[in-house]
Amino acid sequence: MGKTIAEKILSQKSGADARAGDIVIAQVDLVFVQDTTGPLTLRQFQQSGITKVANPEKTVLFIDHAAPSPSSALSNDHIFLRQFAAQTGVRLSEAGDGVCHQIVAESLAKPGDVVVGADSHTVMAGGLGAFATGMGSSDVAIAMGLGKTWFRVPETIKVLLKGAFSRGVYAKDLILHLIGMIGADGATYRSLEFAGEAVGRMSVPERLTISNMAVEAGAKVGLFPSDELTREYLEAHKRGRDYQPIFPDKDAVYEQVIEIDLSKLEPTVAKPHTVDNTATARELKGTKIQQVFIGTCTNGRLEDLAIAASILGGKQRHPQTRLIVAPASRTVLMEGIKMGYIPALIEAGAIVLPPGCGACLGVHQGVLGNGEACLSTANRNFKGRMGNPESFIYLASTATAAATALRGEITDPREVM
Amino acid sequence: MLKGKAFKFGDNISTDLIVPGRLAHLRSNLPELAKHVLEDADPTFASRVKPGDFVVGGRNFGLGSSREHAPLVIKMAGVSAVLAQSVARIFFRNAINQGLPVLICDTTRIKDGDELEVDLEAGVVRDLTAGEKLTFGKIPPVMLSILKEGGLLAYIKKYGDFKL
Repeated sequence: MGKTIAEKILSQKSGADARAGDIVIAQVDLVFVQDTTGPLTLRQFQQSGITKVANPEKTVLFIDHAAPSPSSALSNDHIFLRQFAAQTGVRLSEAGDGVCHQIVAESLAKPGDVVVGADSHTVMAGGLGAFATGMGSSDVAIAMGLGKTWFRVPETIKVLLKGAFSRGVYAKDLILHLIGMIGADGATYRSLEFAGEAVGRMSVPERLTISNMAVEAGAKVGLFPSDELTREYLEAHKRGRDYQPIFPDKDAVYEQVIEIDLSKLEPTVAKPHTVDNTATARELKGTKIQQVFIGTCTNGRLEDLAIAASILGGKQRHPQTRLIVAPASRTVLMEGIKMGYIPALIEAGAIVLPPGCGACLGVHQGVLGNGEACLSTANRNFKGRMGNPESFIYLASTATAAATALRGEITDPREVM
Repeated sequence: MLKGKAFKFGDNISTDLIVPGRLAHLRSNLPELAKHVLEDADPTFASRVKPGDFVVGGRNFGLGSSREHAPLVIKMAGVSAVLAQSVARIFFRNAINQGLPVLICDTTRIKDGDELEVDLEAGVVRDLTAGEKLTFGKIPPVMLSILKEGGLLAYIKKYGDFKL
């Protein structure tokens, strides 16, 4: 009987014949925390009785969620992370370097790795074929110390993709559509494994957007095969030797198969206050939006800046709609400047933030006022997510976000492309 | 035997409703953070909850972030267990790692304010107000052994490794 991608990776990393439902202890290849989960993780590590970090080179502390810091309390947390890194030799990613998941994808995670991060969107590295998942600080502290953790091998839902996106439709629309279809708990503790002829044409940045939101359906991991496009992505980031092909076995056993024809999808929006509360952008036409936010681990990549600049370039944002852009990493920001995307967005009226997460989770840099609505390219629209429970968040693709910034109301991007 | 009052919440109680990102600056000051537990779902919860009481959710309790501060502040409030129809998996594992039992059962008929009694060993919830008896699903053995030690840190301190 064949294996799914999750079963293959967990077999490899546990030395057991891992099958859905089994409990395994797997070697962990990369462990990371960020600045709002890291301080608790490190204090727990210090209390655990374990004296050494198992693999300091493969342990990273990211300062990205409150970067640069908006308060003395958070600055003190940053001091703690820096001191811990200096004392133990683990790696530190400083404020301004970028969002943990983007840097993990650009520089750290390899196909076939087991990656655990104290952040739920760790699942994003599944786009590279890594068994990557978010865990709480206790689990991450122990994984840091022991270099391993336990998993229940997840059952797998295969998402079979066929056809091609039509004009104005993107990976974000697909994942929003899927979550709307199966619900915010539709894949609880399952592996979502993406397959089908369309996957071979889907770029790694697109795959990252999709894997990133697997957790919004409750999934443990969102896995893509590692193929030629994965190899090209790794080579473009000067780490071609990290490549290994990973595919599920032909006779792997799936709990469920969901088929989606990409050509039938439309620009899709998640309405407040749950990610599965979806509608098409067309259906929401006329909904006034006071703030558009383009960025985050979900859609803050160079490809997103290119789309935004192509729609907003030479034009002006709507006067009643603020436009905030946060590139996902320093590399993305630098490339975005070189390619002219960032200057075009600034000329169109955008506020460009340093690479980081702050606005997405309501720490700073984009907190909404009472009754205000934001259309965001992020992954969560929970009540209070952007810092104010009296505000409203809509989630959409970068193209829908850019079109909405132009019109001041939710706009199907095909109207302006 | 656990005994206390039910605080009833709806479906999809996210980690943002339990400990929102806007309070990120309090995450290294847990006693202060705990004063805001579940504030955006019920602003009066923190002042009304008493040691032993239960948080009773609907579907998909604890969805969202991996922040372990969520079960941690619920436990700090004195809550003896979380009951829900279903629970998001990161929250589930985090709660057990904090020594906070999470019991999966049909919570639809439990009303806010009902007096509950939970027998963890027998897997039974008694709603003393409604005079009803519910059974909850078994906690997986790995998690039960972590819960029995009071959480993952205590477990690792005792065994030094995973003993599955």
